[in-house]
Amino acid sequence: MTRLVDRALGPVALLLVVLTVWLGLWVTPPDATQGDIVRLLYLHPALATVGIYFATGLAALASALYLWPRTRAERWDQLAASAVEVGVVFLSLTLVTGSLWGRPAWGVWWTWDARLTSTALLDVLFIGYLALRRVPADPHVRARRCAVLALLAAVDAPIVHFSVQWWNGLHQGATVLSAGFHFKVHGSMLWTLLLSMLAMTLVFAWMVLRRYQIAAREAASDEVELEAALLERRTEGVS
Amino acid sequence: MWRDAVLVAGKDLRIELRSRVLLWQVVPFGVLALVLFALALGPSEAVLRRGAPGLFWLALLLASVLAASRSAGIESDEGTRGTVRLLGLDAGGIFLGKAAALALELCVLGAVLELGLLVLFHVDAARLAASVPLAALAVVALAAVGTLYGALVSGTGVSSTLLPVLVLPALAPVLIAGERGTAAVLAGGGPGRWAVVLAVMAVVYGAVGVVLYGPLEETA
Repeated sequence: MTRLVDRALGPVALLLVVLTVWLGLWVTPPDATQGDIVRLLYLHPALATVGIYFATGLAALASALYLWPRTRAERWDQLAASAVEVGVVFLSLTLVTGSLWGRPAWGVWWTWDARLTSTALLDVLFIGYLALRRVPADPHVRARRCAVLALLAAVDAPIVHFSVQWWNGLHQGATVLSAGFHFKVHGSMLWTLLLSMLAMTLVFAWMVLRRYQIAAREAASDEVELEAALLERRTEGVS
Repeated sequence: MWRDAVLVAGKDLRIELRSRVLLWQVVPFGVLALVLFALALGPSEAVLRRGAPGLFWLALLLASVLAASRSAGIESDEGTRGTVRLLGLDAGGIFLGKAAALALELCVLGAVLELGLLVLFHVDAARLAASVPLAALAVVALAAVGTLYGALVSGTGVSSTLLPVLVLPALAPVLIAGERGTAAVLAGGGPGRWAVVLAVMAVVYGAVGVVLYGPLEETA
């Protein structure tokens, strides 16, 4: 079952991305007010949702599991690091696609809107996590430091979420659902948006899974190299 | 936990009183930053007055990174952590004590910088005095975040370069809320929801610090 998921995840994600591109570029109509630039929105909210909520949530959950003594295991640290690394990709793409949309819609590449700023800060916090991870240290010490930092970075996620309500900036509120859980988008536009959410979620899952597998293999390889070095040293001592 | 916090705060403040790092290095740096900002803005009184809240908070933020680095540095001296561990002090208490000492130091720094605003930026003295409670709230948030991140990078060997990279994005909400709240008070209004934002940040980071300082202590 696990192997099936491992093998199927990538092709299914790719198929859904292709479907989203086809629906977004050719099937859905232009927006009444935005025209064709609305097509960027079949990508941007999905990237943002995955980057802000899923990546941050997964990194925080895995980090909490690492810090909790009963569940502490190296795999949680590797999973958190993988989620952050892929999260940086999604958050950066969120900012780039938002900027590309903002230029024709708002007339500027960047504006000091609360949601834009807090998303950029979350991206920088994640980059800081990666910087901390690259500092040479004992693997357990590094894992604990990074777990704490991931939890601290997660504090920014609610700020990003509520920023549009607290600060009333330029950025729109919820894209798909209103506060009363009524759909704000309809027809083929709605289906394309929902499909893009699913597609980006699967792409995220596939990327995290691959990164996690690489991290696990790196750790195993380090272990083997350490064992070999120790054996060599012991042999030297005997001879 | 509270008794340990008082002990640690007393220890940090005694070290500060003897070493005078705050007086000779952190405060002059903050004042220097304020002077340089004023130079960059030019001599126009209106421009200086309009930029005063933002520049005050920026100077306080930058100087607080130095203060946080110094506070964490006290613990990273050879054998200090081991000795503290042997004393059996509560990790949450250590965090609260260090944060309290840092908050007190930042209050001194903030007071000096507010004097700088009066002299260099020509702000109204009565309105500036009315912004002090907001600044005090922000200082608590700054101290909690600074203590936590200081412990995070302590012992990495690259803490002086890594700390600003990690802590400044985390402190950005304090900068925004502090600047907006101070600007509102200096304009004759109240701090409004910005005081709430700062209070929430102080409580959240304080609580997170009490919980997470323990695991960080174990890494040192």
